[in-house]
Amino acid sequence: MTLQDRTRTLIDQAISSHKDKPGALLPVLHSIQDSVGHIPPESVADIAEALNLSRAEVHGVITFYHHFRQTPPGRHTLQICQAESCQAMGSEALTAHAKSLLGVDFHQTTGDQAISLEPVYCLGNCACSPAVMLDDDVYGRVSNDKLESLIADCRKEIA
Amino acid sequence: MSARIFVPRDSSALSLGAGQVAAVISAEAARRGVAIELVRNGSRGLFWLEPLVEVQTAAGRIAYGPVQPEDVPGLFDAGFHTGGDHKLKLGLTEEMPYLKRQERLTFARVGITDPVSLDDYLAYDGYRGLQRALGLSGADIVKEVTDSGLRGRGGAAFPTGIKWNTVLNAPADQKYVVCNADEGDSGTYSDRMIMEGDPFVLIEGMTIAGLAVGATRGYIYLRSEYPHALAVLNGAIDAAVQRNYLGDDILGSGRTFHLEVRRAAGAYVCGEETSLLESLEGKRGIVRFKPPLPAIEGLFGKPTIINNVISLASVPIILDKGGAYYRDYGMGRSRGTLPIQLAGNLKYCGLVEKAFGVTLRELLYDYGGGSASGRPIRAVQVGGPLGAYLPESQFDTPLDYEAFAALWAVLGHGGIVAFDDTVDMAKMARYAMEFCAIESCGKCTPCRIGSTRGVEVMDKIINDQERAANIALLRDLSDTMLNGSLCALGGMTPYPVLSALNHFPEDFGLQKTEQAA
Repeated sequence: MTLQDRTRTLIDQAISSHKDKPGALLPVLHSIQDSVGHIPPESVADIAEALNLSRAEVHGVITFYHHFRQTPPGRHTLQICQAESCQAMGSEALTAHAKSLLGVDFHQTTGDQAISLEPVYCLGNCACSPAVMLDDDVYGRVSNDKLESLIADCRKEIA
Repeated sequence: MSARIFVPRDSSALSLGAGQVAAVISAEAARRGVAIELVRNGSRGLFWLEPLVEVQTAAGRIAYGPVQPEDVPGLFDAGFHTGGDHKLKLGLTEEMPYLKRQERLTFARVGITDPVSLDDYLAYDGYRGLQRALGLSGADIVKEVTDSGLRGRGGAAFPTGIKWNTVLNAPADQKYVVCNADEGDSGTYSDRMIMEGDPFVLIEGMTIAGLAVGATRGYIYLRSEYPHALAVLNGAIDAAVQRNYLGDDILGSGRTFHLEVRRAAGAYVCGEETSLLESLEGKRGIVRFKPPLPAIEGLFGKPTIINNVISLASVPIILDKGGAYYRDYGMGRSRGTLPIQLAGNLKYCGLVEKAFGVTLRELLYDYGGGSASGRPIRAVQVGGPLGAYLPESQFDTPLDYEAFAALWAVLGHGGIVAFDDTVDMAKMARYAMEFCAIESCGKCTPCRIGSTRGVEVMDKIINDQERAANIALLRDLSDTMLNGSLCALGGMTPYPVLSALNHFPEDFGLQKTEQAA
C-alpha cells in the first residue's frame, strides 16, 4: 500500500458516503478530489470494487473530465479563461503574462509548488472579461497588475 | 429602525470585490454605531456598476456604484444608509434606464430578494405557480406550458410543452426531471445569475415539471465552475424541504418531489442532453444516439424531462399568470422573453431581459453602449462557441429564432459577445476548431477527427500555404462535420468557422469578392 493512512481514510469516507447513490461515480470522485486534492491512481481499484465497476471504467471517467486530476496540484490553482468573451478583452496577452511570470505552461505547477496553472473555458463572468479563477474565487477585469498581485499573495503565505 | 443595505453575492459582483465591500460596510457600521441589516442579494445585472450597493428608503431602493472598499467611510459620511448624496449615487434603482426599459419576467426577482430567503420569495409572488399547479391535472399543466409558446432556452428552441407531453404520455414506474445547468457557452451567464440570485424560481419550475408529468425525482446538473451557485442552490433546497415545498408531501398535497444538485466536471459536451444523462449516470459524457429520445428513455432508461435552467425558471410565471400572458410577449414563433447576456468588448455588459424582437443593434449600442475599447464593433458572436459571427451589416436583425436561422445563425442561449476591429477572424475560426477538438467526446468521427484536421487546415490558411486549395478543403470538411456529426458540438462548429470565412474573407487572405470561392 502506497497511500498514506490519512489519504486512505479520506478515500474510504468518500466512497462510503456516496456509493449508494444512483450514478455514484462522479459524486465519489468529486468528494475524493475535494478532500485529497487529486484522485490518486492507487484509489481506482477501491472505487471500482465499491461501485461494482471495472477499473477501466473508473479510469475512463477520471480521464474524460477536465476537472479531475491524478497528480497533486500546487497549493493554489489558477485558471485563466480562454473563451471568446475573454479573448475579446485581451485574455491571450494575460495568459502569456501569467506563463512568463510563473515560468510554467498550462497543466504545470511552479517549482515552489505554490501555483498550478490551468486553462478554463468560461467562468460565467463574461460581463467582466478577462476573468480568472484562483481556487474557488473568481476575479473579473483582470489586468496584468491585478494578476501579479494575486500571484504575489499566493506566494507570500509561505515566504 | 436599522438601515437595510444590499450588497450582491453574485459571482460577478464578488469577482469585482463585493465580498470585501460587504465586510467593510459591516465593520464601518459597527464602528460608527449605525444599526444596519445587510442583505446579500443577487445582481441586478448592470455589471459595469458592480459592486452595486443599494439602500432601502421610503421612496424606494437607491443605488450606489461601483463601490470599492475604500469608498465606504465616505459613503457613511454622506449618510448613504439613509439615501444621502455621494458621487457614486445613481438614484432610484428601478428608474435606471438600463433596467427600466427591460421586460423582466423570468428575472423578476433577481437582485431584489435575498436568494436563500423563502419568505422573501413568497413575499414577491413566489410559489404562486406551484399553488395553482397543485390544483391542476398533469395534462392541464402541460397545456398551459404549451399555450405559452415557451421554447427551450438552452439553444435548441424545441417547444417545451411538446417535450413535456411526450414524458407525460410515456408510461413508467419512475420518471425524472433533469435541469441542464452545465452553462458552458462563452458569453452566457443567465443560468448562473438565476441560480445565485433566485434559486427558488428554478426549484419551483422543476417541482411543477414533476407534478405535470408524474416525476418524483429531479437533478440539477451544475457545472463545477460555479461554486457559489452550488452553495445557494443547496441552501434554497434545504429551506424548501424544511417548509414542505419539496419532499414526500408537498404542501400537504400528498405529491412527492425530491431534488438534488449534482456537480459536473468540466466537460463542455455534457451540456448536450444525452451526454449529460450519461454523466449523471456516472459514466463518461459520451453522446447517445437518438432515438430513443430522453423523453422516452432518458436518465437510467426512464422517461425524463431535460430542460435548461431558463426554460424551467420561466415555468412558474407561466403557471401563475397563464400561458397567454407569457405568449403576449415576443414576435413570430418566438414567444415570451429572452434573458440576453451582453459580453466581451462592450462598455455596458449586463443582463437584458427583453421580449423577442429587439434588434442586435439596440442591444449593442442602446444597452451595450458600443465597444469598451472605443473602437468600432466589427463582429459579434451570438449563441456561444457554436454560434455564427455576424458582421455589422446584420446588426438590424431582430432577436427571433427564425430570423436568425434565415441568416444561418443561431440565438442559442442568448449570449452576445462583441469584438472590436482588432479581432482576427481567421484566428477565431481556428479557435472554434481547436475548442471542438479539446471538447469532443470522441464518439463520432466527423467531430473527433474533423476538428483536429480543421485546426491543421486553418494553420495552413493562416500561414498562406496553398490558400485557395485549403479554403476549399475547409468548406468540404465543414460540410462533413455539419451533416455527419452525432450532436451539435461537431455539427455546429462550422457555424463560427464558415460565418467568419463568409463575412470576413479578407482575414483569410481573400479579397472580399473572392468569398464565393
